[in-house]
Amino acid sequence: MKTTKALWAALALASVLGASVAAQNVQINGAGATFPNPIYSKWFDEYRKLHPNVAINYQSIGSGGGIRQITNQTVFFGATDGPMTNEQLQAAPGKIMHFPTVLGADVPVYNIPNFKGELKFSGALLADIFLGKVTKWNDPAIAKLNAGATLPATNITVVHRAEGSGTTYIWVDYLSKVSPEWKTRVGVNTAVKWPTGVGGQGNEGVAGLVSQTPGAIGYVELIYALQNKISYGSVQNMAGDFVMASEQSVTAAAAAAAGQMPADFRVSITNAPGKGAYPISSFTWLLLYENPKDKNQAKIMVDFVKWALADGQKFAGPLGYAPLPAEVVKLELAALQRIKLS
Amino acid sequence: MRGTLWRKTVSWLFVAFSGLSVLIALVPLAFILFFVVGRGIQALNLQFFLGTPKPVGEVGGGMSNAIVGTLMLVGLGSMFAIPIGILSGVYMAEYQGTRSASAIRFAADTLNGVPSIVIGVFVYGIAVLPFQQFSALAGGLALGIMMIPIIARTTEELLILVPSTMREGALALGATRARAVFTVVLPAAAPGIITGVVLALARIAGETAPLLFTALGNQYFTTSLTQPIASLTVQVYAYAISPYEDWHRQAWAGALVLVSIVLLCSIFARVATHRLERMARGT
Amino acid sequence: MLSIEKFGFSFWRGDNWDPVSGDFGALPFLWGTLYSSILALAISTPVALGIAIFISELCPSGLRAPLVFLTELLAAIPSIVYGLWGIFVLVPVVRSFEVALPDSLREIPIFSGPPLGVGMLSAALILAVMVIPYTSSVAREVLKSVPIAQREGAYALGATRFEAISAALYYARTGIVGAIMLGFGRALGETMAVTMVIGNTPQVTTSLFAPQHTMAAVIANQFREAADELYLHALIEIGLVLFVVTLIVNALSRLLIWSMKPHRQTAKARATVVKNVAAA
Repeated sequence: MKTTKALWAALALASVLGASVAAQNVQINGAGATFPNPIYSKWFDEYRKLHPNVAINYQSIGSGGGIRQITNQTVFFGATDGPMTNEQLQAAPGKIMHFPTVLGADVPVYNIPNFKGELKFSGALLADIFLGKVTKWNDPAIAKLNAGATLPATNITVVHRAEGSGTTYIWVDYLSKVSPEWKTRVGVNTAVKWPTGVGGQGNEGVAGLVSQTPGAIGYVELIYALQNKISYGSVQNMAGDFVMASEQSVTAAAAAAAGQMPADFRVSITNAPGKGAYPISSFTWLLLYENPKDKNQAKIMVDFVKWALADGQKFAGPLGYAPLPAEVVKLELAALQRIKLS
Repeated sequence: MRGTLWRKTVSWLFVAFSGLSVLIALVPLAFILFFVVGRGIQALNLQFFLGTPKPVGEVGGGMSNAIVGTLMLVGLGSMFAIPIGILSGVYMAEYQGTRSASAIRFAADTLNGVPSIVIGVFVYGIAVLPFQQFSALAGGLALGIMMIPIIARTTEELLILVPSTMREGALALGATRARAVFTVVLPAAAPGIITGVVLALARIAGETAPLLFTALGNQYFTTSLTQPIASLTVQVYAYAISPYEDWHRQAWAGALVLVSIVLLCSIFARVATHRLERMARGT
Repeated sequence: MLSIEKFGFSFWRGDNWDPVSGDFGALPFLWGTLYSSILALAISTPVALGIAIFISELCPSGLRAPLVFLTELLAAIPSIVYGLWGIFVLVPVVRSFEVALPDSLREIPIFSGPPLGVGMLSAALILAVMVIPYTSSVAREVLKSVPIAQREGAYALGATRFEAISAALYYARTGIVGAIMLGFGRALGETMAVTMVIGNTPQVTTSLFAPQHTMAAVIANQFREAADELYLHALIEIGLVLFVVTLIVNALSRLLIWSMKPHRQTAKARATVVKNVAAA
């Protein structure tokens, strides 16, 4: 009995201490996209080194989750790669602003037995594979674009996201632009009705499934392919070139949009025009209320975003993302002023 | 007429099948423990117990925040469930045979069978949405709800086992019914009740689904009750479905810690029950 | 509730789960839950009963305690650990089995489908292992409550072990059914281990290899981000039905098990023993 009493006392003490320590430290909770999770977690870690009393807790549960939870106000900020629709914005209790943070790319990853090279894909081919019309790796449609590659007769297993995802949004947004059949049959959203395939949880889950399943093809943010050394292919852009995702090709994709940025920053840059542009690129956004309830957290988040738009951008390249164009950063800093801090 | 040989053969086959099924059940158990211990031990080091998660993709870091999180959540759950569970158990034991006691028993047994994901959704609705905050408290509440039936039933069964002479003796000395129960009978049953609590702890320490919507998760070390908190189970889940080798290693280590906690609790419960039985028999 | 208003009962007949267009049909999840649980029962029931019989009737008394402890250990392992083991150990084994299956067998519907490893078969296997300890421990209790006179009577009449145990099983049949239903209820509600190995794809198919989905798994995957009210209500409706179904199954199983408590020497039970022995 004595030990139980001691245990309860210890727990009570720990809670009180924890609460008081927490009062000096600030914890800000956010949730959303898995697409930028690698760079966000790097940023929050670096920001913490500069401001040791600030803990920004980010849970990568998918873009759909980010939108939902910020609408419910159960988190302070959200993150998404698929911009909120007008209906979603109207459903929110206050005005939500989008702030682009980095540029990223969805790449087609695959795991083909005995083949380690780089495959070329056209938009139409990717759509046909994900529609379930091309079912084997030795299909002539694939061979046509990849003369000289010996591909086995293995079945293609499509891997997609099981939950609502901005990475999905970027992918299907692109497929809708290059395949009328995809546009009418499936459409664009963070969660769609997939004609075929297996669902994985998060970019992490899709990468995991692809690397463990021979014959699989999936789509992930570039960094997940790089960090896990999964083969990924090049995609044909509007100008006809087969382009691999990289900092340069993603920056090229944003070049056209940078000059014509809408005021709320919601813009799609998939299938961008221009030589060397990677066609499945996208901005990724942080979601913040224009008039947030907690002013203290708001001040910190605004400061964080300013840091991310300046010093944070240098972490983008090494992690497989591309820094934002300078014009966009200027516009964002102006928009940040609108957040009511008092 | 079936020959004796036939009957004996059938019987022998039956016995063999029976023994075989024990082996069949033990194979996955051995398999699982083999992998959890084998892969888990490799990843266990001081860094695992003291460190916190590193940025995505970087090697290293640990699960100290998740371990402390699980301990806190289990503690919160107990604080909520133990009083309610014990009181329900007392009621059921004292008013045995009445319809209300049977109704409570039925309710406890059915609560036991409710899928943990449904409990998670329920607690999201009552403890997260209204306060607009994922929190350790909400996670503790979800886990506590799952503990209540186990504690209630154990308390009831053990109270019934206490010889009625103890209760009657207290009543004869002029104690009120409540006093008799709480100062005489309950303490007598206490060791067994503690065993039941320990078993309930072991059960909820391994729960994941209800925490997904309540405690959410946290990559930092925190002991705050009103903030999201990491837990071993949710962290192992996130790491397991990721593509990072280092995270897989840590997931096995986390699983090893979880299984060890559960094993220790089960062994404790078994030894305690054994000694209680010996005490009851008077050996 | 919006989903009930909009779809009514056709919610459970439709197999189109399309968050984009707002068309929700929950049949694939109902199918996946029932199919995986029934398969798990089919695999686990004989094994669980075999264990219960072995421990309560056949095994040497020294082995009894360790065996009981080991089976309870199966129940104690957290479901996330089952899931972890499932992803990294079971799924590759199942995948090699699926790949090695001769092509001639792939014509049969239950063996059709891509050999992914993740799918109904892995889910059913993991559920079976998780359910075994529940069914077997209740069956053991139920067998213990069969009056010893039953068995001794049977042996006195010259019954073999099989015949005597069959008589006990017959006597305890309601309780045994209750034990099986308890396992069923457990399998219906299991979330984590299933979602990690089933492939998370809503489709209605008898194929064992195809990835499918269950009610518990879809809630775990999609609840946090159901971005609009209809989507959220659709998921909540699924949760509600899951809750009600497990409630009914568990309640039924409890009733069946409780009905075993009073010792009843029924004429039927006596007659069975005599019949089995007399047939010899």
